[in-house]
Formats: sequence, structure tokens, C-alpha cells
Amino acid sequence: MKNTIKFMIGLLAIGLVSCEPEFENAVTDEGFYNGIYFPGDADFSNYVALGNSLTAGYADGALYRSGQEDSYPNIMAEQFGFVGGGDFTQPLTSDDLGGLLLGGTQIGPNRLVLTSDGPASLAGTPTTDVTTSETGPFNNMGVPGAKSYHLVTPGYGSVAGVSNGTANPWFARFATSESTTVLADAASLNPTFFSLWIGNNDILGYATSGGSGVDQTGNLDPSTYGGNDITDPNVFAAAYSAQVDALVAGGAKGVLLNIPDVTSIPYFTTVPAQSIPLDAATAGAVNAQFAQYNDQILPLLVQFGVITQEEADSRVVNFVEGINYPIIVDNELTNVSQVLQGPPGNLPEELANLLGQLRQATSDDLIVLPASSVLGSVPDPSNPLGVVGVSIPLENQWVLTTTEQARVAAAGAAYNATIEGLAAANELGYGDMKSALADVAANGAFYNGGVLTSTYVTGGAFSLDGVHPSPRGYAFTANTIIDVINTTYNASIPKVDIGTYGTVTFHNN
Amino acid sequence: MKKVLLLTVLFLATAVTYAGGYRVSLQGNKALAMGHTGVAVINSSELVFFNPAGLVYLENKLSVSVGAHGVLADVSYQNAATGEMAMTEAGLGTPFYAYVSYQANDWLAFGLGIYTPYGSGVTYEDDWAGSHLVNNIDLQAIFVQPSVSLKITDKFSVGGGPIYAMGSVNFNKNLDRTLVDLDGNRSEVTLEQTGITNWGWTASAMLKASENLTVGVNYRSEIILSAEDGEADFENLPNSPIIPFSDTTFNAELPLPAELTMGLSYKHNDFLFAFDYNMTYWSAYEALTVEFAPSAPGGETSVTELLRNYRDASTYRFGVQYEASESFTLRGGYYFDESPVQSGYFAPETPRNDSNGYTAGLTFKVGERLEIDASFLYLQFDEVDASYDYFIEPFTGAPSSFGGTYKSSVFVPGLGITYKL
Repeated sequence: MKNTIKFMIGLLAIGLVSCEPEFENAVTDEGFYNGIYFPGDADFSNYVALGNSLTAGYADGALYRSGQEDSYPNIMAEQFGFVGGGDFTQPLTSDDLGGLLLGGTQIGPNRLVLTSDGPASLAGTPTTDVTTSETGPFNNMGVPGAKSYHLVTPGYGSVAGVSNGTANPWFARFATSESTTVLADAASLNPTFFSLWIGNNDILGYATSGGSGVDQTGNLDPSTYGGNDITDPNVFAAAYSAQVDALVAGGAKGVLLNIPDVTSIPYFTTVPAQSIPLDAATAGAVNAQFAQYNDQILPLLVQFGVITQEEADSRVVNFVEGINYPIIVDNELTNVSQVLQGPPGNLPEELANLLGQLRQATSDDLIVLPASSVLGSVPDPSNPLGVVGVSIPLENQWVLTTTEQARVAAAGAAYNATIEGLAAANELGYGDMKSALADVAANGAFYNGGVLTSTYVTGGAFSLDGVHPSPRGYAFTANTIIDVINTTYNASIPKVDIGTYGTVTFHNN
Repeated sequence: MKKVLLLTVLFLATAVTYAGGYRVSLQGNKALAMGHTGVAVINSSELVFFNPAGLVYLENKLSVSVGAHGVLADVSYQNAATGEMAMTEAGLGTPFYAYVSYQANDWLAFGLGIYTPYGSGVTYEDDWAGSHLVNNIDLQAIFVQPSVSLKITDKFSVGGGPIYAMGSVNFNKNLDRTLVDLDGNRSEVTLEQTGITNWGWTASAMLKASENLTVGVNYRSEIILSAEDGEADFENLPNSPIIPFSDTTFNAELPLPAELTMGLSYKHNDFLFAFDYNMTYWSAYEALTVEFAPSAPGGETSVTELLRNYRDASTYRFGVQYEASESFTLRGGYYFDESPVQSGYFAPETPRNDSNGYTAGLTFKVGERLEIDASFLYLQFDEVDASYDYFIEPFTGAPSSFGGTYKSSVFVPGLGITYKL
């Protein structure tokens, strides 16, 4: 009897120590061995990512914790974990609110969330302060706002320099010293693998400000540049090659990522150029207001040699019944304000200024996203006829004209030639992010559960600021780069299912 | 001995069962040891379940069988394309049974059975890769079956009875693959309903074709568990009217499918050989359709349909029994269990592919009246590449596929007693 019970308890015990079901080739097996994943010719044990806001995981107009966790370098680092990747540290912000303080004063906005009335700033008091420094360096050395030459500019992480504009608040949070550079801090980590994605801001500030800055091509002194200027391609090349040299000095492998077109992002593609609805009566009334300008002033200006016939043609204002192009200020046009105030027109100053650089937008102009709140608005309630786009021109900062687009494209192409050349010369991976993003914008990218497009809010690729990717967009970015790494280094690193990454945050304050 | 019994009783208190279709074929230690054959085996009051027609051929006036099984089931998941992986949390399921048969006279016998033929208990780590399909599920069903057995001739009998089914369900899943509240917690829903009841029936026949050959057939009807006004508890929803969910009630139906069993047994000296064929009519399970009541008066009912599209599935069972001595009877068996899940419908809440069951067990006679029955089942699964392709992404309206490689392992030790008077 006793033996029987022992035997039966033994039977139970066999079950209780039952083995867990194991796979023939498990994803948890270390690289090299299991035949699924392997690092190829690269060593991912110490990955360092260099770049700007895109690398930092900036989204929704702010840098916030959960966004940083979905940064493309962090996603990649998680996947590197399957092929011997080590810890990946990031300068995480103190909260999930975004916003940035400098000595207790807010200097950066909270992140955007999607309310039932559209995108709005998330309410709350931020807690991330520039002056309570994090101990750097971090594996993620993405610094929001950084241009190419900033990564090699000493003092860019000086807390004292933040308020006078010579330093960057996000880098000041984790720079190892007041005088260090982003590159020096990154190189001090002795990376075995790196990614470098810099140069976007060298054209983006100019583009998002509607070409308000200066194209500095030909000016080799970046210390004289303004925030919205286009960086000279040689300045870019010098800074970029210094970064590549420093990063490969220790034998590290890596991947260089090129600069996408600004026309691929919803910030420039959401607000249509043609956006002013008018009925026949209103169109007629507005046209009557411009009749003198169209029929008399413009021919006279041509006659006096102030403008060409071609320019005169481009400046004709004509509204029709239906959806119209708004009138805009184009600072590429000849400023005729002074001429109009003189004889024979003797126009009043206000009217002359209004007509000074006026034209109607065309389908080639890009209207920036924030212009949506300006177009059609009536800035002076006492003057209901003063409508932006109809009787008040849309200011220069809201429009990226074709001339300005050409400058941005030319600089971008020059940067990309440099990046591609340096990738080839150093036998590094070259990520053609420009083509990848253009393809998403033009055709969409199919994924498991939908199609990723660049459409604002609903397309899934971009966050609510219209410039920076959503987590899903960053996951797509990570996959694109992993493809390049796998090809370049004969590696097998698994990609992520981008459908498991979110897009925009729904929240009513 | 008392301790073992106590332990068994304690197990009953935490009756959770394991995933497999959600039919749990563990309705008797004697039968399970023989590959869960029994439709033509005249052995004990386990016949209440396997073939009530046979009760009238039992030799004892009163026969009682009580027992339970300890189910140790684990499922591993991985996706080689992404590196995602998961493993169910180990839990112990304890399906149980209790059968009584009573011989009223030479041609009439009565029986009563309580058993747990359906159930599912799977727990993944919260927010795992497949959490939009299931985080955890606990489905329980207890059948109570009074039976009558009638001898028509010396060689032929019929039997059957009504079945009173009691069920409960608790099912938690995330709403989709990405939705979170402001703090990053995944939005989820828990569906819960207890005290679901319904009726069904069973009917069977047995033919003692010769001295050694017995043939049996048994049919158990489908029973639909209808949850009405169950509790649908939504958690971690974003604070946004864009998200059309709030706590409400739900209606849903889950079929416990009909099962037809045919089989035979053949006695040769001290050996008994048995073969059973089961057909489970799983095609009744087309979809788990959940109707959420309007969360505000005048609102609309929203319906979530989780397609299942099961197919009827067969099981082939073989068993052998050897009376080794006065005290010991040894048993062994094998069965092949066909999965009802069709390609593209492999959902992780019932992660089941075809399996091979290997069984063994014994009965030890303590005295004239008391027997101790022990059994052991090892259910062998090959790893399988499978996916569920019909989850509709709420924000894109497009289907997404969730799949990878699954591997299950199931060990089931069991213990019971038989008392004959």
C-alpha cells in the first residue's frame, strides 16, 4: 500500500517537473549558433547613435520619455540584442509630458496630443530641467535641433550658453563638460557600431520657416549663420567627414543615413496651396478690388522697366468661383512698394506695402502646416473684409516657394552626395532614407495591418508636429536601417512588426 | 491515503482546465490510461460518460469512480522574423469526474455523472505580442448527467440521459496592438460571465457481439453556452471621445460541440484491447461573436466577431489492458488527436495543432471493494508554424496577421478511486 502511494506520487512528480516546450531553433539562442540571427561582419556590442531630433526620438513637437523609448536607435538596439548587442542608454527625460525647463522656466513646449478638436498641447507642468544634468555620455547621442556643424562645435552643451543661443538645451542636459562636443562625447564611448543621421536641420529650418532664412552657400563660417539658414555644402562636408573619421578611428562599423526631401513630410503637404473657397459674387468683388493693380499698375511697372513681363504675369491676381489660391507675400519678387508710393501712382503707403511683393500662390508653392490656422482668418474683427489669403496676403513665413524649394533641394542633394561618398570611401552602410521616405509619401508602405503613409494624423508615419515620425514611423525607419545593415555586413538581424507601434496619442485635456 | 484524497479534493476547488480545442478528454483514469478509450469497455462507472448503455452490464450493485487529473500545459511562441517570443504561465488545471452507477435489477441500471469535458485556461504575460487576441482566458464547464441504462436483450442495451451544463468564462484581451492611455497602459477589455447554464443530452448503445467482442456507440449533443448580460470591463482607455468604448454588458455564445464515439473492445485471456473513434462536430464554432450593449441609452450595439471557422475533427484511440495479478491491472494506450483549427485561424487562446497522446496507468486493488486508479498522459506536439490572419485593425480597417512558431507540451498525471459494492 505504502509503495503504491509512493509510486503514484512519483507519477505526479514526473508531471510537476515537466519540461517547458522548446524550439529546435529558438530566437533566444545566442547569435552565431542558431542559424536564425547572426551579426555578420559587424560587432553590435556597443552601439552609439549620433544625430539630431530624429535620432533622439523627438515627436509631437517635444522630446518625451515614451517617444524616446520608441526612437529608431532604441528599436534597433533592441533588435541588436539578438546578435550580441549590449545595453543602450538614452538621456531619458523626466516625464512623458515633453516640455523643457531652464532653471525652472519653461523654454520648450509640451507634446501635442490629438483631442476631439484636433491637435493640442498636452496640459501639465514639465519637470525636465536643463540645469539638472544627466550623466552622459549616452549611447543615444541624438540632440534635437543640431545641425551638422553643431556636433563638432565646442560649447554646444554649455548650460550658460543656452540662454544666449550658443548652446543647445538638450545637449546641455547631458554634455560631459561645458566645452565638449557631441562628437567627442560620442567617440569617448568607443563604439563598435554607430549610426550617423545629421544634416536634416541644415535645410529644415529654412524650409519650415517658409524660406525666412538665408541660403549661406558660399559662406564658410557657420558661426555667422542664423537658425533658419541653409548650411553651405562645404561646411556640411567638413563637419560630416570629421564625424565619420572620429567614429571609424577605433575600427567601428556603422551606417550613414542621408537626408530626405522636405516635400516628403506632412508639414509641407497637408495644407493645399489651393484653399480659399469663394462664391461668384465674392470672387467678382475681390477681383474688382485688384482690377487697377492687374490692369494698370502691373503694365506700368513693366513699361518703366521695374519688373519684367514675366514677373507681371506671375503677379496678376484673379479669383474665380470655387477654390482659389491665396494671395501671398513672395520675398523673391521685386519689392515695388517704394515705386508705387512715388509718381505717377502715388499710392498710399499701406496699399503700396500690401502690393509690394504680392502674388497669388500656385500649385507649386508649399504652404506649411501652421498656416492652416492663419488662412482665411480675419485678424482684425472690426474689419470683416480683411481676410488672410483674400485681401491680406499670407506672410512669407507660411509659404515655401518654388525658388526656395530649389535651394533646399540643391543643398540636400549636395549633402547626400557627400554622405554617399563617405559611406563608400569608408565601406560603411549607406541608408537611403530619402528614397524610403519618398516612397512612403508617394505610394505608402504596406505592413502587417495596413498601409503606412505620410498623410497627416491618419497616415500613421508622422507625429502631430508633421515633421517628426510617429513611433510607427520610427519603427519603419529602424527596419529600413536594419535592412541596410543586414546587406552591408552580411548580418541577420530581425526587423520589427511596425503595426505593433503606435501613431498619435488620443487625449482630451 | 487520506492525504492523497485531501490533495485531490483541494485540486477540485481550483478547477481550471487546459487548452486543446477546448475539449478536455480526461473523463476517467481507467479510460485515459488506455488512450481514453471506453465506449465499448465494461470496466467501471466511468461508463456513465463513455457509454451509459453499458452500465447495466456492470457486475456490482453499486459502483463509484471519483478522480481528477493534474494538467500541466505549456505553450511556447516565437516569431523568427521579429524575434518576439512568449510563453504561457505555468498553471495547474484540474479537471475532475465523479460517477455512480446503481443496478436496479437485471435489466435496468441508473447512473449519475459529474465531469468537466470542456474548458480552457491559458495565461500569457500581459501585453505580450499577441495580447490583442488574448492575454488570458479561463473557460470552465461542468456537466451533470443522470443516466438510465436498459438491457433490451442479453447482448444489446441502450442508455442515455439529460445533461445539465454549468459554465463560466473570463476572457481578457487588449483592444488592439497599440492603443494606450496617456500613461502608456495598454487598453484592454475583460469579458466575464459566471453561472451560465443550459441543457443537452446523451444517448448510446452497446452490443456484446460475442463472448469477447463488445461494440459501442455514444452521442453527446451540442450544448451552447450563452452568456447574456455578461460584464464587459474596459480598462486603460484614452480619455477621448474618439475611442468608442466604455464599460457595458455583452452577449456571446460559445458552442460546446456534439461528439460521436464509436468503438469496440476485444478480450483475449488477461488482455483487453480497445479502439475508439471520436468525431467532434467543431464546425459549430464559426466565430466568437460578442455583442456589446450600448453604453448609453439610445446608442448602438457594437459587435466584435472573432472568426474561428473550426472544422469537425477526428480522434483515433487505442488502448490495452493487462490483468497482471490479483492486485494489479496495467494499462497503456495511444491516440491521435486531430486539431479542429484550420490554416490561418490559429488563435493563441487555443493554440492547438495535431497531437499524439501516449498514456499509461494502473489499477491497484486495495481490497475487494476499493481500487486506486492512476494514469499518466503525455501529449506530444510537433512545433508548428501557424498564424491567425483575421484580426481587423480598428484604425486601418485592414486585417493583420499574428503568427509564428508554436510548441505545446502537456503532461497529465491523474489519480482516482473506484469503489464497488
